[in-house]
Amino acid sequence: MTPWLTAAPILVPMLTAALCVAAWKYPVAQRVLSLLGSLILLVIGGILGRGVMEQGVQVAQMGAWAAPFGITLVVDPLSAVMVFISAVMGFCVALHALGDIDPVRERGGYHVVFQMLMTGVCGAFVTGDLFNMYVWFEVMLISSFVLLSLGGVREQIDAAVKYVCINMVATACLLLAVALLYGVTGTLNMADLSLRVPDVPSQPVISAIAVLFIIAFGMKAALFPFFFWLPATYHTPAVSVQAIFAGLLTKVGVYALIRVFTLIFTGDTAWTHGILMWMAGITMIVGVLGSLAARDLHRAWSWQVVAHIGSMVMGLAISTPLALAAAAFYMVHDIVVKTNLFLGAGLVRRLAGGSTDYKYLGGLFKTAPWLCLLLFVPLGSLAGFPPLSGFWGKLLLVRAGLEAEQYVMVGVLLLTGLLTIWLVGRVWAEMVWKAPAEPPAEPVQPLSAARSYVLILPLLLLSLITVAIGVNPERLMNAAGQVGDSLHDNTAYVEAVLGGSPGRPTLLGAAEVSP
Amino acid sequence: MMESLILRTGVRLLLPLMLLFSIFILWRGHNEPGGGFVGGLICAVGFALHAIAFGVKAMRDMLRIDPRTILGTGLLVGITPGFLGALSDEPYMTAQWLGALGTPVLFDIGVYLVVVGAILAMVQTLMAEGED
Amino acid sequence: MEVIMALTVGGMVAGSVYLFLSRQYLRVMFGVIVLSNAVNVAILTVGRLTSGRAPLISRGNEVMDQAAANPLPQALILTAIVIGFGLLAFALALGYRAYQEMGTLDTAAMRAAEPEDKR
Repeated sequence: MTPWLTAAPILVPMLTAALCVAAWKYPVAQRVLSLLGSLILLVIGGILGRGVMEQGVQVAQMGAWAAPFGITLVVDPLSAVMVFISAVMGFCVALHALGDIDPVRERGGYHVVFQMLMTGVCGAFVTGDLFNMYVWFEVMLISSFVLLSLGGVREQIDAAVKYVCINMVATACLLLAVALLYGVTGTLNMADLSLRVPDVPSQPVISAIAVLFIIAFGMKAALFPFFFWLPATYHTPAVSVQAIFAGLLTKVGVYALIRVFTLIFTGDTAWTHGILMWMAGITMIVGVLGSLAARDLHRAWSWQVVAHIGSMVMGLAISTPLALAAAAFYMVHDIVVKTNLFLGAGLVRRLAGGSTDYKYLGGLFKTAPWLCLLLFVPLGSLAGFPPLSGFWGKLLLVRAGLEAEQYVMVGVLLLTGLLTIWLVGRVWAEMVWKAPAEPPAEPVQPLSAARSYVLILPLLLLSLITVAIGVNPERLMNAAGQVGDSLHDNTAYVEAVLGGSPGRPTLLGAAEVSP
Repeated sequence: MMESLILRTGVRLLLPLMLLFSIFILWRGHNEPGGGFVGGLICAVGFALHAIAFGVKAMRDMLRIDPRTILGTGLLVGITPGFLGALSDEPYMTAQWLGALGTPVLFDIGVYLVVVGAILAMVQTLMAEGED
Repeated sequence: MEVIMALTVGGMVAGSVYLFLSRQYLRVMFGVIVLSNAVNVAILTVGRLTSGRAPLISRGNEVMDQAAANPLPQALILTAIVIGFGLLAFALALGYRAYQEMGTLDTAAMRAAEPEDKR
């Protein structure tokens, strides 16, 4: 394992984006580059994941500047799993985009911005430095702004306005939190921080900064009470964009929460993890109720994104090795299922004539019976039917909750699951069995055979992954178990980054900070 | 576009000076305060002033290259020298030196081009909107 | 000096929150500008207000030969300014576009993405 492999998840999409800019005038070349880049990222993610699971945490010091002074890239089991699954989503969405993205959006630079988004996502996963994480969040954010407003439809512009406002505030909060943490510890390297934070004389200050981090990452992850921007925006852009947003963006926020609250803020867990527990519980309830109230397929799924963020954060809030493993397992399952659901909703919209309002849905069993079968996989997994992946995720979470004696949270989780089953039943009835509205919202555009294959193939891949996880959960469970253990006991992470040498100088004011 | 004689005459004189100064700042950044970002900003401001005085079309004609091409070239120039570390088995972005010249200056030139390209692309798009 | 800086940051944040409470998109954006500047001042302050030369090691030396300003907050602020600049340029262009599309920048009247229920 070389440092190059560790840096590759950032370098590959970044280079792809640069090449796509160079080929600005040639959309076909951009498509090929984007697909090829995503495929290479997928391969690299696989090799890296395997290496980390077998050989432990991988570290690369950029520019050969030693930690904690330089920028460190760290791939621990959680990062490796996230990079790999993101690469899978990147590839599936890049494939779907070939049939989905119209020439106007393509000329607007869709492929460039998509690759920049992947750069930001992967960068946030592999960085070992808090300020660097802020930078990758911003790379991701600016790309998501552009993707959201690309195409310039009125609804998109309106949604983008709200998305931009809330995210600018979240950004400022995150930067302030990072700055204050630097102020009291004199370092920004996360491994170094995990050693120094317990030595800070005034621990209440640390607790206050921790809350600032909860707010900042909570906004990105769409936790209650900062979730309202998500259902207002996710249904507006192109289907590929929706799918990658729903699959990855909020999960990067969850990843950041997990990273920060298992590595740095582990002192005052009764306070910080207590807050997270409350937020997680209310997020689940609010999300699922919102999805039941929605009268539109895309918007129901947007609310479902919110609901399931709550489940993952519940795993973090319980914070036992099993609960963290459950959160990791659930996150992988949820990324696959949500991407699949949004891609599926896009196909349904094409068949229903440009609208996913329940009014216009129906008769799918007659018009596209095979698609129904394909859609049943993510729907069933969302509801948690065995033997699909959602069942195992919920099982792990429930067991972790019972072991930690969090009976109320387990009750909330199960109630959310029950209401989700209701939602799935209702969507199935509206979408598949009901007679379609006459006339449709707009005349249905027939698709060429090649284009429909490109559109359906990613759905098939994602459904296969869901079934594979469901039928043989052992591999992912082992990986998740490794993630849980490594998050619970972070000495391996810290030693890999700092080389186990205590008493190093800090960037600033070491004498002031440590007594 | 502002049809002010003073501005137009001033810009004619200022633009070459600003371009020279931006390159000087870029070069100075090698060992002293300065660098690609500041240099790029000065260069972009020069062209933006030209656009304000003579209109976006005049700026585009003078520039000849699409700002987005500048941006893409800059990205590539900035990213690729980092790979030279691989030759001596060092991590990404490790500076490689040939006497006093090294890869950091290439990275700085990349930054310079990215800043110029990005700002001019913004100026071009926003001002073209305003002139319609 | 730190006290003055802290009070300045507090005042700027208070002002930005006041601006956020407006319904006008432009005022909200002004609030964002003030807030991001407040955060930059905060970074400068928490990095300790040191004075001195530019932190460059002179030729032939291995370490700094005299007191110099802390370079890290400057690097962080520069990065934050660049990012903030990009975000703001996008946000303002978006506001312009939104005004063209919807004829208003009153956020309460912008309901294209979430139309009121007519049922």
